[in-house]
Amino acid sequence: MAEYQFDTEGVKKTFTFMNRKAPYGTVYALEVLETVLISAAFEQHANIVFADDGVYQLKSGHDTTEINMKNFSPTFGIIEMEKEDADEDDDIDMVWRIIVEKESMEARGLTEDDFKVEVEVLSAAELAELIDSSDCVISG
Amino acid sequence: MKFGILINEGPFTHQASDTAYHFTKAALAAGHDVPRVFFYYDGVNNANKFSAPQADDRNLIKLWGALAAEKNVDLVVCVAAGLRRGITDGTLADGFRISGLGQLVEAGMGCDRLMMFGD
Amino acid sequence: MLHTVNKSPFERNTLDSCLRLSAKGSAILLIEDGVIAAMKGTVQSAKIEGALADHSVFVLGPDLKARGLAEDNVIDGVKVVDYAGFVDLAVEHGAHNAWL
Repeated sequence: MAEYQFDTEGVKKTFTFMNRKAPYGTVYALEVLETVLISAAFEQHANIVFADDGVYQLKSGHDTTEINMKNFSPTFGIIEMEKEDADEDDDIDMVWRIIVEKESMEARGLTEDDFKVEVEVLSAAELAELIDSSDCVISG
Repeated sequence: MKFGILINEGPFTHQASDTAYHFTKAALAAGHDVPRVFFYYDGVNNANKFSAPQADDRNLIKLWGALAAEKNVDLVVCVAAGLRRGITDGTLADGFRISGLGQLVEAGMGCDRLMMFGD
Repeated sequence: MLHTVNKSPFERNTLDSCLRLSAKGSAILLIEDGVIAAMKGTVQSAKIEGALADHSVFVLGPDLKARGLAEDNVIDGVKVVDYAGFVDLAVEHGAHNAWL
């Protein structure tokens, strides 16, 4: 089991991170965010997508004290900071987008004001095209 | 073509690791390369050497290990996900190694396809 | 893009999400419990029958067989593939999107 050496020099891909599950009931939401953050170290483009019950991950006001689980909501602040750094610094060739599917959001009676971070709201049709154009899809 | 494989579930509760294994075997048989399989979430349990399935059932831990030895597949267990679930050097089965999540991103960057199997 | 769906449409909304968020022309492969969506004559059959207008749809034969589901009962237009066929689909259709 020798470590395989990939030649990733100069490789720039677009990763889509699909978040479709509600927070805390399962661990997926928390652990996929770790992957999102690691991808920044490789300066890869990222679409961080929230659809279905995944939109609840972004809800502001998570308070997990009474279930004694780690509140991972502050991680979104870090992701937003990474995104802003990438947007503002010309030396960082990395585009990050935080996207919510309009249909999923509306079906749950939520609006953009309910979210902890600023998001782009895309229709299902627009989102389908965006997902289709990505190189790697990782689901949480 | 180079395939990277991501496995998100353990070897018993879900079929994910089985499907990934059959896919990997078929890809290798067709002459493709599978340089790396990355185990994340409960997928790290595929590397637990103390797992002892009943004799009449398949043993995915051993099957993955044998495939790695035979075809030189790099089986990587995520260190953070592993620590949470007690998969460390002391519990690691033959054929697997422990490394960081960067190795998943690298597989995505370096392979033509990243195939994901989970729940 | 190659989409895979591994959940029964009777249990989860995974197939609905895949159909809503997959681009026209992309391929869909039903695997694991997802193969249940490929069966004719169920109250869920219309989903895949409708999807055939915009997508090529495939179902993994070994998963049908394991569940005692006959290929004869697969919706017309859905093609049955084996693991080698799964690999070929991944080669032909680009990035993989597993709807989990």
